[in-house]
Amino acid sequence: MHEVKFIRPRSLADAVEIYRRTPGCRPLAGGTDLMVMLHARTLRPEPQVVLDLWSLAELKGVRRVEDMIEIGAAESYTGIIASPDVRQHLPALAAAARTIGAAQIQNRGTLGGNLANASPAGDTLPVLLAYDAVVVTDRRAIPIDRFFTGYRNTALQPDELITAVRLPLGRQVVFRKVGTRAAQAISKIVMAVSRGPARIAIGSVAEVPLRARRAEAALDRGDVEGAIAAVADDIRPIDDVRSTAAYRRMVTQNVLRELLLSVR
Amino acid sequence: MRFTLNGRTVSLDVVGTRRLLDVLREDLGATGTKEGCGEGECGACSVLIDGEVVDSCLIAVGQVEGREVTTVEGLADGGRLTALQQAFIEHGAAQCGICTPGMLLAAHVLLRNSKRLSADAVREGLAGNLCRCTGYTKIIDAVLSCTK
Repeated sequence: MHEVKFIRPRSLADAVEIYRRTPGCRPLAGGTDLMVMLHARTLRPEPQVVLDLWSLAELKGVRRVEDMIEIGAAESYTGIIASPDVRQHLPALAAAARTIGAAQIQNRGTLGGNLANASPAGDTLPVLLAYDAVVVTDRRAIPIDRFFTGYRNTALQPDELITAVRLPLGRQVVFRKVGTRAAQAISKIVMAVSRGPARIAIGSVAEVPLRARRAEAALDRGDVEGAIAAVADDIRPIDDVRSTAAYRRMVTQNVLRELLLSVR
Repeated sequence: MRFTLNGRTVSLDVVGTRRLLDVLREDLGATGTKEGCGEGECGACSVLIDGEVVDSCLIAVGQVEGREVTTVEGLADGGRLTALQQAFIEHGAAQCGICTPGMLLAAHVLLRNSKRLSADAVREGLAGNLCRCTGYTKIIDAVLSCTK
């Protein structure tokens, strides 16, 4: 039986050091994505070691850092939803977190995991794009619009760990997820929108969670109908088990209209 | 490694990447915890870790080192069922029974956190637990009967 070793670091510094020097090492947070793939042995490359980040206190919590809110990479969605700062300043993030799975998944899922997994359907990812979040790692800060580089690919170096996510205060973002049912659904499309500055971020419509740049340019000119028309050219949806390209195109336009009408 | 299972310390020599679900069932004989989908969709394998409901198919056993795990076997006090378990029996809230342990644990947390729950709150709280016999009405009735 193939056995993958399990390492529990004592501290973040310890984790960074182990990740740097251990070949075949894969970080683990709440396990909601990784444990399924680990058990099915579908992870590529196949890990030899799993590095448990879940219990590291340095990766938990929600705090104010100057004019930003910083959320630990391994803080759970339950913790994010419960945070008064998130509820007050980042309601779209709280709304997105509430649509993820159900209690069992919200108790384990994390922003660090959602980012590192980089699924085009990751529910929080359009929200992070609409807020212009910053991904903080053990060595640098990466603007979110440069984070997703291809299908399930990120700007992270092979030995780089996400430690936190920073989001700005004072931006009004709205969120909508369309799925088969309210809980436990992977999205058909998922969208987050801000009007000032113009941000239209969409998941499940391309190989990456994307910013709809043509639609944003139209919105910048105050042209709402132009934005709704342009968004169809910004996205690259496919037919898959959850939906069809044609449905996704139509619903993307409808949801964008709904969200633009709901924010000033 | 060590953790607490239903109030008792257990000491095991296991690979930490094994699923908590498998260690509970195969190594510890705690077969009350069921495997449904194995992908975190159905909630059949729900257990509590430090009082929070999680899917044990998604937990690496190494992650529960030093923590308290509660399975359905840990709800009753000896032979005395909890009010919730009794309500499941009285309302006929189990059909095939595979979802029942997970339902009980998720509902246990709901009732612990709030004694006053609307039917919608119960539905939302149990949204991560699927019943393929579709016996949801009786399950929700049973949980609601414990809120009065």
